Amino acid sequence: MTWTSQLRSQVKFDLLIFRRNPAATFFTVIFPLILLVLMTSIFGNQVIESRNDIRVANFYVPGILGLALISATLVNLAMNTTNRREEGILKRVRGTPMRPWVFVTGQVLASIVIALVMTLLVIVIGRVFFDVSLQTRGIPALVISLVVGTASFCALGLALTTIIPSINAASAITNAVVLPLYFVSDVFVISDGTPRFISFIGDLFPIKHLVGALFESFDPFTVGTPMPWGHWAVVAAWGAFGVLVTATKFRWTPWDS
Amino acid sequence: MADAITVEGLRKDYGGFEAVKGIDLSIREGEIFAFLGPNGAGKTTTIEILEGFRTATSGQVRVLGVDPAHPPLAWREKIGIVLQQSQVEKELTPREAVTMFAAYYQGPRLVDEVIELVGLADKANDRIGKLSGGQQRRLDLALALIGDPKLIFLDEPTTGFDPSARRESWEMIDNLRSIGCTVMLTTHYMDEAQQLSDRIAVIADGRIVARGTAAELGQQVQARPTISWRGATVPTLSDRVAVRADEGHVRVETTEDDLVGVVREITDWATDHDDSLHGFEITRPDLEQTYLRLIEAGFASPDEVAS
Repeated sequence: MTWTSQLRSQVKFDLLIFRRNPAATFFTVIFPLILLVLMTSIFGNQVIESRNDIRVANFYVPGILGLALISATLVNLAMNTTNRREEGILKRVRGTPMRPWVFVTGQVLASIVIALVMTLLVIVIGRVFFDVSLQTRGIPALVISLVVGTASFCALGLALTTIIPSINAASAITNAVVLPLYFVSDVFVISDGTPRFISFIGDLFPIKHLVGALFESFDPFTVGTPMPWGHWAVVAAWGAFGVLVTATKFRWTPWDS
Repeated sequence: MADAITVEGLRKDYGGFEAVKGIDLSIREGEIFAFLGPNGAGKTTTIEILEGFRTATSGQVRVLGVDPAHPPLAWREKIGIVLQQSQVEKELTPREAVTMFAAYYQGPRLVDEVIELVGLADKANDRIGKLSGGQQRRLDLALALIGDPKLIFLDEPTTGFDPSARRESWEMIDNLRSIGCTVMLTTHYMDEAQQLSDRIAVIADGRIVARGTAAELGQQVQARPTISWRGATVPTLSDRVAVRADEGHVRVETTEDDLVGVVREITDWATDHDDSLHGFEITRPDLEQTYLRLIEAGFASPDEVAS
C-alpha cells in the first residue's frame, strides 16, 4: 500500500473508533453545543444593533467554536493518545512497518475532520436558532483560523501527552491545563472589566488568540476583510512549540516501561 | 538450516541494574524456541531487544540478518509481535482491527483467512471489548500474523489463562509450524515450553543456565536422583554425594551412575547404626523441579552453571 492509502485507512478507522466511543462523542460533540444553547438562554440573545439585526449570540459563537475546536483536537488527542500509549496500542503499531509519521498524521487528520464537523454544527445552529450572521468577508479569516488553529492545537495535544504519566492522569492534567485558560481566554466571558493581570495571562497562551481570531472572523462591525495576523502568529508559534516537543519527547511505549 | 536469530554476549544494563548479563542464543529457521525463566529473569528485556523496542548495552544481535536496534521498514514486514500487555481499540470488531492492521503491510495475508486461522470466525463481527481474555489473545496473534511474517515473537502467550484456554492457545501456536513460521516465545511455565517448543533455553538472573530439547533437559534431571528417608542422623558417606537434613528428612543427592553404590553405602551405614530408614525412597525430580533447581542454581552460583 502507498502511504496515502495507508493514511486514508487510518483516518477512516480512527473516525469509526471515535464515533463508537460514547464518552468522546459526548464531550467533543454534544457538550459544546449544550454550552452554546445554555449561554444564549442564560445571557439572552438581545438584538444589539437593530439595523442589521445583530444579536448577542454573535459574541458567544466564536468562544464556543474555539472550545469545540480545542476539544476535538488538543483534548481529544491528549486523552486518546495517552490511553493508546498506556494500553500498548502505540507500541504494537510501532512493531509493524507502518511509518510512525503516517500513523500520527492519521490521528491528527481524524481530529481535524471532527473539528470541521463541529465548526459546521456550531455555525448552522448559531444561524438557525440564534440568528448569528457570518459575513462573507469573514470567511477567509475563518478558514485560515481553522487551519492554523486545528493544526497547532493537535500538535499541542500530542505534546501534552509527553507529561501525562497514566490514563488516570490524562483527563486531570488536560482539564487542569485548558479549563482555567478557557476562563481567561474569552471563551465563556467577554468583559471589558477583566483585571489586567488576568488579561495578561490569557494573552500569553494560544486559546485567547484562537478565540480572538475567530471573533474577528465573526465580528459584524468590522470594516473590510479581517486578517488577524497577530493572533494567528501566536497560535502558530505555540503550534511550532508543540511540534518541537512532540518530535523530541513523544513516547510510543507505556510510561513506566 | 540457517539461523533466524543469533545473539552473542548480549548485555542490558538499566542504570546500574544488569537485567541481562551476557547471553548467547541461536534460533533456527522454522523452529519453535522457548525462552523459559521466572519473572524478572530477563526474558522480556531480551525479547524486546530482539523486537527492536530496546537497545542492547553490548553484544551482537542479528534477527533475520538485521540488527534490530536500527530496523528498516522492510524488516518489520517480516516480523510479527505479540506483546505481553497490549490492547486493541475496544470499539472495533476483530475483522475491522485485522483489516486496519492489514493496511500497515505491503503483502498482507487475507483478513478472513487469518481470522479463521486463530479461530475467531464466529466472533469476527463482535465488539473487541466484549471478547473474553482468551479471544483477545487470539486477536493479538491474528494482528501479528496478518503481515505474513517469517518470524513471530510471543511474550508470555498464556499467562493468566485457565487450563482449557491454555490448551487452545497451545494448539494455535503449534499450528504456526504448518504455515512455516519461526517462533520465539517466552514463558515461565515449564510444561508450556515442553509442550510447544523444539528447543528451550532456561534463563535465570540474566544468564542462560541450561539449554536443549525438552528431552535433553529431562535427562539432566534423571541424572540427579534423590534418596530420602525420615530421620535426623546424617550418615557419613563418601565424597561423591551431597547429604543434607531438612524438616526431619535426610536427603542424599546422587547421580544415576552412582545410585546403586550409594544405596549400598546407606544400607551398610543403617545396619551398623541400627537405623531402620523409615520412608526410604528414591525420587527423580520431574521437569518442573529440574527447572526450579536450575533457576536456584542460576541465582546461587552464576559462575559455575553449564551453558
